[in-house]
Amino acid sequence: MNLYDSRKKLAVAGVLCGAVAAVLAYFGNPANMAFCIACFVRDMAGSLGMHQAEVVQYARPEITGLVLGAFLISVATKEYRSTAGSSPMIRFILGMVIMIGSLVFLGCPLRMVIRMSAGDLNAWVALVGFILGVATGTFALKKGFSLGRSHDTGKESGAVLPILLAGVLVLGVMGLLKASEAGPGSMHAPIILSLIGGLVFGALAQKARMCFAGGIRDVILMKNFDLLTVIGGVFVVMLVFNLAMGKFVVGFDTPGIIAHSDHLWNILGMYAVGFAAVLAGGCPLRQLILAGQGSSDAAVTVLGLFVGAALCHNLGLASSGTALNAETNEVVAGAATPAGKTAVIICIVVCFIIAFTNKRENVK
Amino acid sequence: MKEVDARGLSCPEPIMLTAEALKSGNGPVKVLVSEPHQKTNVEKLAKDRGKKTKTKEIDTGFEIVIE
Repeated sequence: MNLYDSRKKLAVAGVLCGAVAAVLAYFGNPANMAFCIACFVRDMAGSLGMHQAEVVQYARPEITGLVLGAFLISVATKEYRSTAGSSPMIRFILGMVIMIGSLVFLGCPLRMVIRMSAGDLNAWVALVGFILGVATGTFALKKGFSLGRSHDTGKESGAVLPILLAGVLVLGVMGLLKASEAGPGSMHAPIILSLIGGLVFGALAQKARMCFAGGIRDVILMKNFDLLTVIGGVFVVMLVFNLAMGKFVVGFDTPGIIAHSDHLWNILGMYAVGFAAVLAGGCPLRQLILAGQGSSDAAVTVLGLFVGAALCHNLGLASSGTALNAETNEVVAGAATPAGKTAVIICIVVCFIIAFTNKRENVK
Repeated sequence: MKEVDARGLSCPEPIMLTAEALKSGNGPVKVLVSEPHQKTNVEKLAKDRGKKTKTKEIDTGFEIVIE
């Protein structure tokens, strides 16, 4: 079964994934976060006590579902392949960079698209940074950037992350992990629905090779619009959903949607994400899917996402969202923090160093 | 025959190396890749360039010969 051999099938896959996100948002996931990979990994890191931000702690079944969905479909269709060995520590760092950039912007590329579909102009501003970041990564690829070859490993190695995440889900369901009582972490669809949504999304994303960085990269590199078609599908469905639910509000400082209007830092945050994602071979969603189909290298990138999320909240790197003060009814503007700004600059410098020191000629 | 060994490389390297090999010569090119989606991408690239391909599964992935 292939979804990536025709653009029509890819668009349908995107539409179905968008529908999953819309259903989960309808049944309780935070509005226009719906299915944000960075936010949900951050929530899961919080549920494990890796950070102490009480409003964002919840073992999101979507994350477990995504990885297990990709794992199960790849085993069923004989695409599961346990591999490792392509510069794992560099991938770990890239995972951290992706998470830090995402939490300064307040969303991964998937949430950026979801926010764009809700009329949030900040996300459109951030898209500029994301495209520039992807373009910079693509330029490095053209100059011969490579993280080297992965090699086949024992079958068990590739199954470790799916099993670990299944364990986190079980512990979460048993009430043994931290769970927010207020804030975004407390807002969620019923567990079984989140898990099924994750499984379906993961299986579709594996078959369609859905990747938000790859979509733009392929257009720049080869004028190939295949992967962008999937993302178009997600955008259209979420746009229809937001219009139908009256959640489509065009503007910058919209309270309650967990976003801010520090334009420069929205741009630079997503620049770092786009750049690092191209170097790592995929956006956060794609990393989870690759980890599910047996790549220990992608699994290490996912661990980098978890550690990055913990750092973001332990060191105050994550931005605050624009909110409405319930007592005074005043709009309190969200903003990037000084520590977050410093971290994004460090992340971008690190990306440049990685991009121009790892060359294909050095790969044996 | 020119050979591109792209096994174990991350996307989009296999497709970039294949495109480079096709550009730099007229003869057939043998491409080795690990993943099924990379195989499809290489076949698609060849088709876009008006070339025929023959693919077989090997122990470590796939071997695509672009004629």
